[in-house]
Amino acid sequence: MLIKRIQLLGRIGLAFLGDIGRATLILYHALVGKPDWVHGFGRLIQQLYSVGVLSLVIIILSGLFIGMVLALQGYTILVKFGAEHALGQLISLSLVRELGPVVSALLFAGRAGSALTAEIGLMKTTEQLSSMEMMGIDPLRRIIAPRFWAGQISMPLLALIFNCVAILGGYTVGVEWLGVDTGAFWANMQSAVDFYADVMNGVIKSVVFGTVITWIAVYQGNDCTPTSEGIGRATTRTVVYSSLAILGLDFFLTAVMFGET
Amino acid sequence: MMKMKTVEITVGIFMVAAILSLLMLALQVSGLSFFFKEDGGYKIKAEFSNIGSLKIKGKVTVAGVVIGRVVNIKLDPDTFNATVWLAIDPIHAKKLPYDSRASILTAGLLGDNYISLTPGFEENKFLQEGDIIPMGSTDSAVVLEQLISKFLAGQASGGSKKSDPKTGVEPVSVPVP
Repeated sequence: MLIKRIQLLGRIGLAFLGDIGRATLILYHALVGKPDWVHGFGRLIQQLYSVGVLSLVIIILSGLFIGMVLALQGYTILVKFGAEHALGQLISLSLVRELGPVVSALLFAGRAGSALTAEIGLMKTTEQLSSMEMMGIDPLRRIIAPRFWAGQISMPLLALIFNCVAILGGYTVGVEWLGVDTGAFWANMQSAVDFYADVMNGVIKSVVFGTVITWIAVYQGNDCTPTSEGIGRATTRTVVYSSLAILGLDFFLTAVMFGET
Repeated sequence: MMKMKTVEITVGIFMVAAILSLLMLALQVSGLSFFFKEDGGYKIKAEFSNIGSLKIKGKVTVAGVVIGRVVNIKLDPDTFNATVWLAIDPIHAKKLPYDSRASILTAGLLGDNYISLTPGFEENKFLQEGDIIPMGSTDSAVVLEQLISKFLAGQASGGSKKSDPKTGVEPVSVPVP
């Protein structure tokens, strides 16, 4: 009985190590493999379209609503203290530091990460990847690398657009509807937000999230059980793992970036 | 599958939108200005006996207009006074009179500390790079807690003498342990 338990523990440990090893190999091949500049660029553009541009609608819409809700909630609390002119500060700091990178990463994991996993998983199930290998084409370089880079590039760009749209949404509600003074809104925002400490740290956060999401998505797709059920499970795992990874990493990054002040 | 040209155009629009967002975040939201750099200004020093909660990057103002930033704060090991380095915008270089006063003020009741310079009346001598505004012509920060404790102490000591049964004015009672 005890031996069986220990055996189970050992099996889990070995499987975990195997997962990490295969994931690292994929990352290594995707990053280090000799890039094909002539055809690789076109494939990267194609993936940027399906990963980045197609996620744009959900990012813009949710950014708009999150900014508007932040302004509404912030206003009802701040107005009790007669401090509604600090609304711009509240909106911009919470968006640029936290909500922008994290929420856009969660949306990106749901919209683009799951699609990547399902696409690669189906390619594996229908043995497209194996047939590519038969033809002497490295599927890691041909399929995985452009998708990885596309996710990596799109994520910070999407987070920037999210921030921008959300602040404009907050402006619309706060200034145009609730009547906060325009000058106070922008001036307080500008004196509170520092470009390097706040905006650039937010961008760094979203670069990290982009790497993690696409890495998980690409690995799960490439490693799924080649059945229709396996694809479903791999897609679920992508969304669950990358959401957890985003929230966990966000805590550590925040502690490193803003913990001291 | 869409035509490659359309795909490329939309990706290009996506990139441009992202760059525009970064520009807006930089200029409109964080107020980043490419014209004023901390190293570009000339530096003067000021001595204070207490700087309150003044921080590096605090504002330096003349008549309420921001003309510089606090770049360094150190304790003088001999006199135990605080020495504050102020970087002044080069536009105002060598135009501040030599006998200017520096005072640490608070923006609003709960705001940050900042330094306000009051120009003096000297017409021929100006503050040069590295010049120091001495203790005599600086006003230290007003610490709210000290003010309150002074006020309470004054009430407590003056209250026993002045409590007048005729007027019926009771001094503020301070619990004595």
